[in-house]
Amino acid sequence: MSLARQSATELLALLNAGQTTSVALTETFLDQIKQHDPQVKAFLRVDQQAALARAADIDQRRRAGKPLGRLAGLPVAIKDLLCTKGEITTCGSKMLEHFAPPYDATVIAKLKAADAVLIGKTNMDEFAMGGSTENSAYQKTANPWDLERTPGGSSGGAAAAIAAAMAPLSVGSDTGGSIRQPAGLCGITGLKPTYGRVSRYGLVAFASSLDQIGPLAQTAEDTALLLEVLAGHDPLDSTSIDRPVPKYSETVKQPLKGLRLGLVREHFGPGLEAEVEQAVRSAVDVYRSLGATVKDISLPHGKYGVATYYIIAPCEASSNLARYDGVHYGHRTDEKKLESAIAQRRATLQAAGRHAESEAVDNPLVWMYRQSRAEGFGPEVKRRIMLGTYALSAGYYDAYYLKALKVRRLIRNDYDAAFAEVDLIVGPVTTATAFKLGEKVNDPLSMYLVDLYTVSANLAGVGGIAFPCGFGAGGLPIGLQLQAPPFEEERLLRAAHMFQQATDWHQRRAPMVPA
Amino acid sequence: MSLTRQEVEKVSLLGRLLLTSEELDLMTTQMGQIVAYVESLAELDTSDVEPMAHALEISNVFAEDQLRPSLDRADALANAPRHDREFFLVPAVLGD
Repeated sequence: MSLARQSATELLALLNAGQTTSVALTETFLDQIKQHDPQVKAFLRVDQQAALARAADIDQRRRAGKPLGRLAGLPVAIKDLLCTKGEITTCGSKMLEHFAPPYDATVIAKLKAADAVLIGKTNMDEFAMGGSTENSAYQKTANPWDLERTPGGSSGGAAAAIAAAMAPLSVGSDTGGSIRQPAGLCGITGLKPTYGRVSRYGLVAFASSLDQIGPLAQTAEDTALLLEVLAGHDPLDSTSIDRPVPKYSETVKQPLKGLRLGLVREHFGPGLEAEVEQAVRSAVDVYRSLGATVKDISLPHGKYGVATYYIIAPCEASSNLARYDGVHYGHRTDEKKLESAIAQRRATLQAAGRHAESEAVDNPLVWMYRQSRAEGFGPEVKRRIMLGTYALSAGYYDAYYLKALKVRRLIRNDYDAAFAEVDLIVGPVTTATAFKLGEKVNDPLSMYLVDLYTVSANLAGVGGIAFPCGFGAGGLPIGLQLQAPPFEEERLLRAAHMFQQATDWHQRRAPMVPA
Repeated sequence: MSLTRQEVEKVSLLGRLLLTSEELDLMTTQMGQIVAYVESLAELDTSDVEPMAHALEISNVFAEDQLRPSLDRADALANAPRHDREFFLVPAVLGD
């Protein structure tokens, strides 16, 4: 079997047994990137030389019997919104085209300390805003199962890299479903941890009360291995929680006895494709056969999740993205262009007899901000900034933002009530399999509704995992989602592993993965 | 409630964006649709509900007030579009 096809856990065992080297592994995945990434476009940047040098160093230390980190020698792909010191981090935006962060994100520092080989930065929707990776300012990533379709988003590059066997492990982020939805659409495993489980220090912020970094991999076991490295308290992120990190990679193997699953009544309404419903119900039967009991439950406010999210997330984004002002870092408009823009604007206003306004444009600093941001941000980012600014503006705050915060509480209360009765909530990740590239780009609202089953977990702050549970028409993967009470990542991983021990959906690989 | 083009233009100033005439038209339509959608929340009675700004109900996380190394000035300025090794430079704000 090709090394590229094996799980990270298997590869680590081979490395530890001296049956392969990190250089051999890294070359295998780099070769897969070289052959197939021109079509898939999962990576924005791959530093072949640096990755191989790092692998060689780890091999040498292994041969010398020196102590090694938890992931020693395993290639890991990084979503391009995690700051890597001195290396370009674009967040999928022209705004940050030349941005070389002066420090490492905490998760990057942890991966380096674990002796992972950082193989490259993956593509994403600009500032993680989107559900198809088509909002990247640089390229559109394709789904390895069907190159005409989306890998999902915003961690589309991260998920496609795993599905195409371009890396055994991948790090993404999830603000409204951005790990789980692409994992579901690409037929891989992806976990959004409980809010606060993983440090966000050095994550380019989108919506700070919702953003969470998490692992993507081929199997639950691999996902556990990577989460074990990423998780933990960090004094640099005051919202990271000071609780011990379980040995996920060990406990993942323990099956759950007497598991109580909740099937959300509202998930099976109109809009859910028949093939997805069938695969999800079959997956639930698998759990029944493994001893789980299944109960119908209700999350009555779930239907307000998308509306609540599309108030709160843009509000936080409009505030977070105010930092891109063309002064401290990021894109700044050409000063000559700026002068001519100001002159032109003034002339237009004066010609229209709007003299007072013409005076008001005379602040070159404000114009520099506006011009720089107009050039640096793409359409979806502008839309979110506009929505957030509007919802927070005088006279609308109570009707939109405050209202959404109250509904957020109702959504969380629904979860608390559900988890009093069941251990895990089980359901679909998305209503349908991967849609075609271009299908939803001109209709923002239809793109927002892609998050229907995933946003509530972010609003409530609970964890969720997605993994394959079948294939639909055209051989496209169908994902299953499990959600757990806060800080029950072990339960998510153990339940997913149980399922993967009983089924082989996760072992089916996209055509481009070598045998 | 539908948004007017003038309101959208005003919001673009508040948000420090600059939209072309075509962008303004499209943004007015799209924001109108999205705002109409999110207004579905109005049908819920939330008069007795405490707002939830954050998933973790923690407050006042204090750190020891200790000196520790911070970013070097050269590093902090390295990504600035314009600087003079000491300050960030911006277009002149005061008139001539």
